[in-house]
Amino acid sequence: MTTSVTTPGGTSSGRRVYVGLLLQRQGALIALVVLVLFGVFRYGERFATGYNLSSLTGDTAKYGLVALGMTFVIMTGGIDLSVGSVAALGGVVAIKVSEHGLLAGLLAGTAAGAAVGVLNGFLITRLRLQPFIVTLATLLAIRGLALNLAQTRAAVAAPGGFQKLGSWSVLGLPVAAWAMLIAFLIGAAVVRYTRWGRRVLAIGGNVDAAKLMGLPVARTAFSVYVLSGALAGCAGVFLASQNGSVDTAAGQGWELSAIAAVVVGGTLLTGGVGSVLSTLVGVLLLQLIFNLIVFENGKHVITISSYWESVIRGAFLLVVVLLQVRLVKRGGTTGSATGRTA
Amino acid sequence: MTPDPVGRPVAEPATGGTVTLPQGRGRRDVQWKRWAQRYGALAALVALFVFNAIDTPFFLTRQSLLFVLLRQAAPIAIVAVGMAIVIGTAGIDLSVGSVMAIAGQVGASLVLGGHPFLLAILAALSVSALCGLFNGTLVARFGVQPIIATLILFIAGRGIAQLITAGELQPLANPDFQWIGLARPFGVPAQVIIAVVVAVVAWLVMRLTVYGRQVIAVGGNETASRLAGLPAARVKLLAYLISALLAGLVGLITVSATFASDANNTGVGMELDAIAAVAVAGTPLTGGKVTIWGAVVGAVMLKLLQNTLIVHGITKEVAQMIEGVVIIAALWLQRHEA
Repeated sequence: MTTSVTTPGGTSSGRRVYVGLLLQRQGALIALVVLVLFGVFRYGERFATGYNLSSLTGDTAKYGLVALGMTFVIMTGGIDLSVGSVAALGGVVAIKVSEHGLLAGLLAGTAAGAAVGVLNGFLITRLRLQPFIVTLATLLAIRGLALNLAQTRAAVAAPGGFQKLGSWSVLGLPVAAWAMLIAFLIGAAVVRYTRWGRRVLAIGGNVDAAKLMGLPVARTAFSVYVLSGALAGCAGVFLASQNGSVDTAAGQGWELSAIAAVVVGGTLLTGGVGSVLSTLVGVLLLQLIFNLIVFENGKHVITISSYWESVIRGAFLLVVVLLQVRLVKRGGTTGSATGRTA
Repeated sequence: MTPDPVGRPVAEPATGGTVTLPQGRGRRDVQWKRWAQRYGALAALVALFVFNAIDTPFFLTRQSLLFVLLRQAAPIAIVAVGMAIVIGTAGIDLSVGSVMAIAGQVGASLVLGGHPFLLAILAALSVSALCGLFNGTLVARFGVQPIIATLILFIAGRGIAQLITAGELQPLANPDFQWIGLARPFGVPAQVIIAVVVAVVAWLVMRLTVYGRQVIAVGGNETASRLAGLPAARVKLLAYLISALLAGLVGLITVSATFASDANNTGVGMELDAIAAVAVAGTPLTGGKVTIWGAVVGAVMLKLLQNTLIVHGITKEVAQMIEGVVIIAALWLQRHEA
């Protein structure tokens, strides 16, 4: 799953680098396992089984899909800030067709998201505008469009089949969670085994070299934004189906939590290095922190305000980033850690 | 510099001061593009202004200009000035909204706790400075990418602000403390005066001081500037410090003007407004260029655009869509750098 990290050889502290590299690559996974074990021991069965497990994974699905698309975008060295608004748009569009059932909603929502991705990709790869500002502008514009479509009210889905994702489970896990898992497995396989996946990493690693090698740089970058848009639209449909409605603030801030999850997973924002499955770990980890706070409060021993959630998430991000920077500096795996903003 | 297909800057051979312009029609083309880049936002502002002067009743009144347009644009302009300096160093500051919330909360709780208002303001600004130091240290000393470094405080900062009062709203009623948000010396809202002072001082600093030149050098080519002996780390640290201080100041203005400190809402989305104001005025996000007046013009222009659309019966949502299109158009104009 982790690719393109060349093992830094020839340093005197090779062993420490190795431990550090393991921490960088698998640090999020180690933290996740530790937190899950902590939860199981402290809160017992109630935490690890049944309702909690299914609601946690079901809730996480939509964030996971957004973060999956973001991982690919970041691997190419780009960024997509519009995903939260795109999710809102996907949800609203899906609700518009919700009387025709879930499949119609999924198709419509995903297509709407992909259309925004096409727009982003066109502006970034054809007109060669900076991804940061382009997707910032579409963040504004698409939220406006979503609100306009919903007439600035919460959009409410038609009762019946469309809302199935909220209750439908297979083998003890919600279908939404299975969908996320399968999407991540496919994503990991794509990066590892397909030509397209290798291209994505090659472009992020060194765009000039990729161009000189004759790789279709613009086309690959374009497809990455379309993918991110489609996945964000799909995430919006999940939200709509699970909640039965999409409110006016839906998806706000999703872009930044997705970026946080990608970074916690160990994907470098400079592009060229990344792991799809680590992003899944990052998403689960950030969601689990919130879940643990809820359980801790349920024990009524100490009460942690839910506002701590964002502080803890931020602190977590800080630790991961500092760890990464140390490693990149020492190992010299990528050119510079002080990347540009876009 | 032109961004490559995935948007990262590609180094181009430096042309220095003497740019050989193409002859004939091509030359006129280049000059037109340069003009559009430099004055596009200003031209749009003037056009909007003239349009409103003719078409909108009561637009050309003191009340409408000073107390609606400029009063609304002032906070964004102040934050955008700080953002312009950070962007000049090839950075970005996503944490400004959270810093605003923290500063507002600190100031309001101290004033409500019975402390003198000057102490409250000083404390709020000191806490903002600390936030800036945090961002700056991560970027300048540890070499963390600016977008991630400031994302940390963007996420955690709002939580910190909410924790100060457990998310409760703090109603304010202290005329001394609220001077910066409510007073109108010489009939002009205090925040407009503050914005003008901030912009003039920042413009002079960027234009006349060594620091101003250092920002541009570091943003243009950090490695070269470091090799030339410039204190690149300190220059960047100071940029984030300035940005956070200005954000803190605007946080105080916002809570004063709304008579309450609300950690859940103070400064939400401010980072986007400020970045848009800087970008719309033609400052590339790749650094090496600071246009303080551009940021101010951008902030006023976007606000006037919004207000114009809303006055003409266009809903806020559609106005937002048009704003997005305008930002992309501005970006597209910028692309043609000679």
